[in-house]
Amino acid sequence: MLELENVHAFYGKAHILGGLSFTVGRGEVVALLGRNGAGKTTTMKSVMQLVRPREGRVVFQGADLVGRPAFRVAKAGLGYVPEERRIFTDLTVLENLEVGRQPTREGAPSWSVERLFELFPNLAERRGNRGKAMSGGEQQMLTIARTLMGNPLLLLLDEPSEGIAPIIVEQMAATILELKAEGLTVVISEQNLHFARAVADRAIIIEGGEKKFDGPFAELDARPEVSDAYLAV
Amino acid sequence: MAFFLAQILNGLANASALFLVASGLSLIFGVTRVVNFAHGSFYMLGAFIGVTLMEMLPGHVGFWGAILLTGLAVGLIGAIVEMIVLRPIYRAPELFQLVATFGVILVIQDLALMIWGAADRMGPRAPGLRGVVRLWGEPIPKYDLALIAITPLVLLGLWYLITRTRVGILIRAATQDREMVGALGVNQAWLFTGVFALGSALAGLGGALQLPKGGADLLMDFNILGPAFVVVVIGGMGSLPGAFLAAILISVLGVFGVTYLPQSTLVLMFVVMAIVLIVRPYGLLGREEVAGEHGQVGRPEPPIRPYGQTARLVVMALVGALLLLPLVAETFVQILVIDIVIFALFAASLHFILGSGGLVSFGHAAFFGGGAYAAALLVRHASAPMEVAFLLAPLLAGVLALGIGWFCIRLSGVYFAMLTLAFSQLVWSVAFQWRSVTGGDDGMISIWPAAWLSDTTSYYYFTLLFGIGGILLLRHAIHAPFGYALRAGRDSPRQAEAMGIDVKRIQLAAFTLAGAMAGLAGGLFVFAKGSVFPTELEIARSFDALIVVFLGGVKTLAGGVVGATFLTGVEDWLSRLQYWRLLLGLLIIGVVIVAPEGIVGAVRGAWMRWRGSAPGLKSKGGAAT
Repeated sequence: MLELENVHAFYGKAHILGGLSFTVGRGEVVALLGRNGAGKTTTMKSVMQLVRPREGRVVFQGADLVGRPAFRVAKAGLGYVPEERRIFTDLTVLENLEVGRQPTREGAPSWSVERLFELFPNLAERRGNRGKAMSGGEQQMLTIARTLMGNPLLLLLDEPSEGIAPIIVEQMAATILELKAEGLTVVISEQNLHFARAVADRAIIIEGGEKKFDGPFAELDARPEVSDAYLAV
Repeated sequence: MAFFLAQILNGLANASALFLVASGLSLIFGVTRVVNFAHGSFYMLGAFIGVTLMEMLPGHVGFWGAILLTGLAVGLIGAIVEMIVLRPIYRAPELFQLVATFGVILVIQDLALMIWGAADRMGPRAPGLRGVVRLWGEPIPKYDLALIAITPLVLLGLWYLITRTRVGILIRAATQDREMVGALGVNQAWLFTGVFALGSALAGLGGALQLPKGGADLLMDFNILGPAFVVVVIGGMGSLPGAFLAAILISVLGVFGVTYLPQSTLVLMFVVMAIVLIVRPYGLLGREEVAGEHGQVGRPEPPIRPYGQTARLVVMALVGALLLLPLVAETFVQILVIDIVIFALFAASLHFILGSGGLVSFGHAAFFGGGAYAAALLVRHASAPMEVAFLLAPLLAGVLALGIGWFCIRLSGVYFAMLTLAFSQLVWSVAFQWRSVTGGDDGMISIWPAAWLSDTTSYYYFTLLFGIGGILLLRHAIHAPFGYALRAGRDSPRQAEAMGIDVKRIQLAAFTLAGAMAGLAGGLFVFAKGSVFPTELEIARSFDALIVVFLGGVKTLAGGVVGATFLTGVEDWLSRLQYWRLLLGLLIIGVVIVAPEGIVGAVRGAWMRWRGSAPGLKSKGGAAT
């Protein structure tokens, strides 16, 4: 469904991604693992074209996304949940959801405000509140819900467990599994191996902008030297 | 008491057009982050198009229909301007967009002159609202009452649009983080165009609605800019209710000012603004601006380094050539070079605070004109010798900059820019209205240099000495520890403070130095021309310097000098043509679109590409990893 082919991305003069390639199949949940600065966020942004790859292709459902404006990438069916959340703090919960609203899409689970309030009951209670008056966990739920309003085929989740209370992290894992059951394809970037293992089918490890490992968690467990080299802090 | 109430009603009626213009300006700024200087031009177009349509369409329906059609037409023009001029340059540094809108002003001025001619137009009176009604025995024009009723309706309509509709939600979301709005699948390009069209339509409506009171003339564009910006700043940038309150405040005060303090009408609103900003730095209903909040992270820029061997030799050769010039060149060439050097020093002083300090001043002419007026006033009223007056010019301009800077430095970004603009208008209105001392718009003439400088060649060397000396002083300051501290404060104020740099104090010192150098240029100017007029303090003069800095390139030291040479040369040539503003405006827009790095930046970029070492600046911003 999504295929990155030899993607090179720069931030200024810094070469962040050095020829990254991987594929994600329909219905899969894939975890991008790696330390701080490994290039996980840049990978996500390169898919969304928020960072424009200098070289390589990002093919989504047969079409190359490179060079398209971000809104076209979103319209193609990619949903992006940024690490910093980027809630519209002056807007209410309902208004934040409205910004994300897009028409229903064939082949993708379709969402409404009511369905999302079932998925995230906390948000329902705070529907009239402004984004700035919410806790970190609530903001994280809102940003996922906001992106789901676009009825995406594939969800890019950047570090969803970061800066969130442990109990909410568990809730978040349950939510992601629910989304998977709905048929959504998910790519999450994570530093929390435990969380990643709980939700993902497959792990891709990045270090210095290059892929170091790509396989199921069972294989990763069989090779402890890999996680020692690229994940241990 | 009756008179008092009538005055208030008059002020409320005046607030109508002002609110429409200011609300459009505020809306456009809020979403696109473009400070649209062409907004006054849309107001003027509204007035002219309105007059034309009212002449064509008869009766009640004609009058009000013409006003609505004018709004639509000006909105359409705004959309076209946005698509052609601004859309290609949203990714360029913000201030480039500003310069582009200034180009639009010039183009519209000449187009209006071509289409409607130079004569002022009287506005037709509104059918059915021609007379007056007596309230408390005072005559109140019926049309005033109509305007008073219309304004809150417009505010209500805008409020509904912004708070209750999907478009309004998207507008507010984009005001905060436009990149995220795009990542959620919204085409920002059309959102921006729509907002720009709406804002322009409001300005057009304002222009058409005020016709029965004010008519249409070619000076309307700049005349409304000062009040409109004051209203936006007092109300708080991006706040429509704030703009409403501020428009009423300014207009009512303006009416009372005419009655009780007729000499100070222009000064009054800037005094009010200064007071409001001292109490509430972000305006009545505004909120604090945080840099980088809008999902717009600028690309990292290479630091300015001292010139290498080759470049130094080139500069020295250039100075040598200038020294030898009088041997071969005629007087008019020397005069042209004098103009260029003065302008280059003025531009370099702006470049200093803008490039190194990151402080965008819209009112730098206050110090250029301030220096010129200081010298002229000393000669005229204190009979000071020319040498003393000349040396005091930069000093007094520096003191002026210190005072104005004390207010402005506390703010940053657009608020800083607006406040500098307002203060420069304050200085201008003092020079314009204090006739007995400054001569008003007749200016001050016969301010000639001392006998030993009276021939052109002597004054040429005198100008070279102080002009180049001033530019070198500024260059030295940039590469001194002071300059490093200033740049640290520009790039990362919090970290700079954590390192023990008093950022605001450094900025105030830089602002004062820049003001003093502009004053030096002003001193050179007044004795070169033998006269000074309020035009040297106008917004247009501040913009000349801004344009020059941007044309040359903000990120290069030579920018100001190259830009000044370019603009003075081009203007000298263009101003012989009838529609030179149109050409200059198109030229500015062209340069902005084609060479968003400025002339020097573009040349350097070409040089780098030619040497095959293009810096890796192609990728768009966005945080790493």
